[in-house]
Amino acid sequence: MKKPFFGLTKPKLTYTGIDDIGQDIQTIPPSDRLFLSLNCTKQDMQDLKLSIGSEVKTGQKLRPFSGMEACLTAPATGVITGISFETGYFDQSFVSFSIQAGERDNWDAEFEQAGIKPESENVLSFFSGLPGISDLRHLIRKKNPLRAIVVNGLDQDLLIVTNQLSLKKGAEHLAHGIDCLQKITGATQVIVAVPPSLRSEAEKGGVEVKVIDPVYPHAIPRLLIKQVLGITAPASGRLEDLDAGVVSVESVIALGQAFAEAKPPIFKVLTVIDKGNRSIGVRARMGTPVLHILDALHTTVTEGDRLVFGGPMSGRGIYSTETPIGPDTDAILVQDKTQVISPSSEPCINCGECVRACPARLPVNMLIRLLENGLYEEAARQYDLLSCVECGLCAYVCIMRIPIFHYIMLGKHELALTGYLEESNG
Amino acid sequence: MDSPTLFVSSHAPYWHNGSRLSVKNYHIMIAALPAVVMGIYQYGAPALGVVALSVSAAIIWELLMNFVMKRPVSIGDGSAALIGLLFAMLLPATAPWWVVVLGVFLAIVVGKQIYGGIGCNPLNPALVAIAIIFLSWKGLLDFDEALVDYDLGFCMVYPLAALKHLGTSAVSDYTVAGLFMGQSSGAIGATFGLGLVAGGLYLILRGMIRWEISLSFLAGVFVTALLFNLSDPGKYAGPLFHLLTGYTLIGAFFLATEDSSSPVNFVPMLIFGAGAGFLTVLIRNIGAFVDGAVFAILMMNVANPLIDKIRPKALGGGMNHA
Repeated sequence: MKKPFFGLTKPKLTYTGIDDIGQDIQTIPPSDRLFLSLNCTKQDMQDLKLSIGSEVKTGQKLRPFSGMEACLTAPATGVITGISFETGYFDQSFVSFSIQAGERDNWDAEFEQAGIKPESENVLSFFSGLPGISDLRHLIRKKNPLRAIVVNGLDQDLLIVTNQLSLKKGAEHLAHGIDCLQKITGATQVIVAVPPSLRSEAEKGGVEVKVIDPVYPHAIPRLLIKQVLGITAPASGRLEDLDAGVVSVESVIALGQAFAEAKPPIFKVLTVIDKGNRSIGVRARMGTPVLHILDALHTTVTEGDRLVFGGPMSGRGIYSTETPIGPDTDAILVQDKTQVISPSSEPCINCGECVRACPARLPVNMLIRLLENGLYEEAARQYDLLSCVECGLCAYVCIMRIPIFHYIMLGKHELALTGYLEESNG
Repeated sequence: MDSPTLFVSSHAPYWHNGSRLSVKNYHIMIAALPAVVMGIYQYGAPALGVVALSVSAAIIWELLMNFVMKRPVSIGDGSAALIGLLFAMLLPATAPWWVVVLGVFLAIVVGKQIYGGIGCNPLNPALVAIAIIFLSWKGLLDFDEALVDYDLGFCMVYPLAALKHLGTSAVSDYTVAGLFMGQSSGAIGATFGLGLVAGGLYLILRGMIRWEISLSFLAGVFVTALLFNLSDPGKYAGPLFHLLTGYTLIGAFFLATEDSSSPVNFVPMLIFGAGAGFLTVLIRNIGAFVDGAVFAILMMNVANPLIDKIRPKALGGGMNHA
């Protein structure tokens, strides 16, 4: 993925298609240790109901805090052996439960017995998340409900094939899943966006399909909404302000399957991108530690390598092989230490590569000058910081290797802390 | 969740297209070589001496400034060497050694380092130096005076000076083909049209300079010269003459395109280039100086921050979402 010899045109990075890699999904054997995590604050920890030694059943609804509605689905049958409070990406704190899984799955019957239907009031108490989406509350809103939903059949990043594989293997659940989704959210319009190669699969169920040119970063939510629905999201930095949303095709299929089989989803499809940049489709239980998946694929990681949740352009670095895969972990990227490119502390030379690469037409060259100096509000006001769609192309093409994307995310985070976002949204 | 294996962590993206500043600068220098080699071929050892001294002095000034300013050593990025090369290309082959050393001091220290080094200079460093030298020592950049001892087998009168002082009749001997092949007196690296165009096209195709600036600069020169020529063909030379003489071609491909002092948005690049081309011919035809490219580009450098404010609306920007 180097700069082409002739550099007159913009970089053109195409999404990996499943035709390029084979279409099998390997099932990872169950791990004897799994982790569940839920976002919470330090204060919430006082209301913790679950304790070490509690037994859980596969598919059981767990409500860890007495005061909070949020729930977790146990991915295996076993005993809780550890509880810890941790801090993750951008200061997000969460509680993590480790589960020692038993030999056999003992399915919890509550979901089946409760006879939950998609239109039920309490559906959220069973589905706080789905494979491919960590928090359903973005979709099910009492205030400002969704009018239109784009089901993303492309993948978020290069080399990821999770959604494409899910659609290929689970196309029969798509129509039912969309039906459930409409009942849950109240959305009147649902359109499935797919790459050209998956058009026929998606059209099988008689759903509305739109073919998207698989060029990065077309599948990024804000750009997808613009292409499919023609709606330009205002530059508030938040998709929640729109009456349209994006949900991955994997989530929709999992939803359809869950209601068809009366079992909450516990498996996640994900793509493991190994050191040779090969994409391998796997299915594992949510909460499985990364190491277990890598071991099953005979992929070794050593000191100095890089481990990332997500793809090469927009993924999030992780620092431990104990980290569990979550509902929104679409990929694990393993990078050898020889491939690791370090960012620099050099100044911008104003070459304008980033400006030409930016799909949101940001003046990145000016933006970076303000961000480097911590002038976040000015960056938002004068240079459209909040219009950024977070694709990472600016840093990908930067000749000085400035971590531009990092600066942008830091700027957005700092603005969120100061409450600037709420102010600008009135 | 302690792990015995330590990983390298950073923010996305984890890929890079592999571009590097040093590679870019070395390619620009390679692209400039045909014109430089032609100059050395024509003017011999003195030209080689000027080029070699200029490049090495530029690197030494840069290194000294790195130490004085307690900054990381930056001579490896090729930027100082490139400035030295470009400055030498603008000089006559007979330029005395102290002019070269002083000139690159002005370029590196006054033109670049005092603003904070690479990327911070508001003006093109090589042009700052040549402008100061030109304004301070009048005769040094008078090519007729400087190259009086040379006879290369073609008319050794500096074309732009002849035009300025004697009108179009004095330059009727110059053919377009001859000028394009470097058959006119002038600066070491500015007369060989074919070499400069070939180098410029190479850089454009590789995406190392912005074609919008080069093309609009040439268009600006062409259109302005054409209008003058149409108004009074006896007094003002035709557009092709202006395109192939003086610093026009080196300006279009190597000077106006300097990253830090030029715009990055599409419309501003066109305005920047066209404005510099327009001013170049304006200064040549009705201004006080023989060649206008230096001051034209410097003036547009000054206007650059303002021009570059013209930019497309960002995605979702300016929308009322209160």
